[in-house]
Amino acid sequence: MEWIQQLVNGISLGSIYALIALGYTMVYGIIKLINFAHGDVFMIGSFIGFYAIAKWELGFFPALLLAMVVCAIFGVLIERIAYKRLRNATRIAALITAIGVSLLIEYTTIYFRGAQPAAYPEVITNKSFDVFGVQISSTSILILSVAIVLMILLQFIVHKTKIGKAMRAVSHDADAARLMGINVDNTISATFAIGSALAGAAGVIFGVYYTKIDPLMGVIPGVKAFIAAVLGGIGIIPGAMVGGMLLGVVESLVSALGFSLWRDAAAFVILILILIFRPSGIFGKNAREKV
Amino acid sequence: MMKKSKVFWGYAVLALVIYAVVQILISTNVLDIYYQNMLITMCINIMLAVSLHIVIGITGQFSIGHAGFLAVGAYVSAIITTKLLLPFPLAIFLGALAAAVAGLIVGIPTLRLKGDYLAIATLGFAEIIRIIFLNTDYVGGAAGMQVLYLSNWSYAFIGVVLTILVISNFTNSRHGRACISIREDEIAADAMGINTTYYKVVAFAIGSFFAGLAGAIFAHNFYIIQPTTFGFLKSFDILIFVVLGGLGSLSGSVIAAIFLTVVSAYLANFPETRMIIYSLVLIVVMLYRPTGLMGTKEVADLFKFGKKGGTK
Repeated sequence: MEWIQQLVNGISLGSIYALIALGYTMVYGIIKLINFAHGDVFMIGSFIGFYAIAKWELGFFPALLLAMVVCAIFGVLIERIAYKRLRNATRIAALITAIGVSLLIEYTTIYFRGAQPAAYPEVITNKSFDVFGVQISSTSILILSVAIVLMILLQFIVHKTKIGKAMRAVSHDADAARLMGINVDNTISATFAIGSALAGAAGVIFGVYYTKIDPLMGVIPGVKAFIAAVLGGIGIIPGAMVGGMLLGVVESLVSALGFSLWRDAAAFVILILILIFRPSGIFGKNAREKV
Repeated sequence: MMKKSKVFWGYAVLALVIYAVVQILISTNVLDIYYQNMLITMCINIMLAVSLHIVIGITGQFSIGHAGFLAVGAYVSAIITTKLLLPFPLAIFLGALAAAVAGLIVGIPTLRLKGDYLAIATLGFAEIIRIIFLNTDYVGGAAGMQVLYLSNWSYAFIGVVLTILVISNFTNSRHGRACISIREDEIAADAMGINTTYYKVVAFAIGSFFAGLAGAIFAHNFYIIQPTTFGFLKSFDILIFVVLGGLGSLSGSVIAAIFLTVVSAYLANFPETRMIIYSLVLIVVMLYRPTGLMGTKEVADLFKFGKKGGTK
């Protein structure tokens, strides 16, 4: 029974990774940039949710929406200010800029509020259900349902709306999309907005589930979400969901086996194995290198 | 040939003069403990910057896990002096060697990857190295390990001279030119018959060796080493030396390392401000001068106006 318990925990953790990984994978798919600052957008979302609930006494869903909206705006600002000039720069320059933006967000937050952690207020009364001897808390059900609803919404946006069609076109071939009259800049901004909103939502759920947040909390989940995106095949939206869930479950199982201190190492070992043996990820197709 | 050896002896004399001047200042107590420590930190940073320069600047392989090799050098040398009570120079050598072996183990599988993937994989390996030390009780785990204080200005300076000497000679050799060609265009280099994997791994191992050397001196300068010291941020610290100095300029990374050591010593009481300035510098340099301050030029090039043209 304890195994199933760990599986449930793993799926809750995995759905948070999946939400962050979606932003990574969408941005990578469209401009081929690892947005290192994505983990920090997640952190900002978490803090906005914290202030909304603790200071302005909003409920869970208004706080979630507020965090998503603010993070979307924040994501677009990052893109417009820092990344837009780098469209034609080398990959290394773009990557270093992303690292710089990430550090800037982290330490500006520390500068203004200090590095001490904050305790998330209890916004949902936590009940436990006993399902065949497995304890499932109401928060983990809530996390999973919010994550699933957001993912369905994302699938709808990407596949059924005009902006989604534009996003798919730009990620396929930006120059051809521009020739077809698609506003590439706006489409990229929309991608950042959607990805950042998902990260903001993940931040609020993370706070509710783990109850402790701090300004550097985005670093490790950010890197792990990236691993999840690579695991599923970077640039592929269903891949990020599956990769996130899988990574969450693996981490919980490693903890359950009694190696909780090695949990972070497990994620990196997965990353290295996948990069060496199947760099295109679970869902990816092998692309041949062209000169 | 004559010309080259002349330049070499010129630099050797310069190094001796710097060493003698600082040594006299230290023995006459003009430089107190605070400045001596700053000088040793500066030497460590120069070694780290130059050792990463050969990986990123010369070979063009984007590694952001350099702190991992620093950690290997630090821990291995600390075990040798503190636990096994062997002499310090041997510890430095074995620490550097262990880091080079770690570099080979990391490099052989990961250097097949390119660009972003390589960056993430090296970051992952550095974290794995850190977690291994964190979970090894023999070296104190999270609490850290007490280390004897053995390093001094002479060791640090000899380390710097050795690092710069080996890496600049490597760069100007046949092997160095092969590495530069990989940086410029890996596919073209491959087509020209250069064994790209071999040269990438060699450059990576040399870089790791000198990072380990820096780690050995680092460990014996601070009384205690802890796994948290060798996290992401340390790797980014080293990265910024190379980026600011110029991707591909040895003297640029040395200058950046000296400059930023002084800046961060003055900002030591304001760690947040320091990181905000660092990150802003990183962003602004990348947006407005993506090759870094020096580009691929060396300081010596700036004085050779007469011989422009020809190359490029």
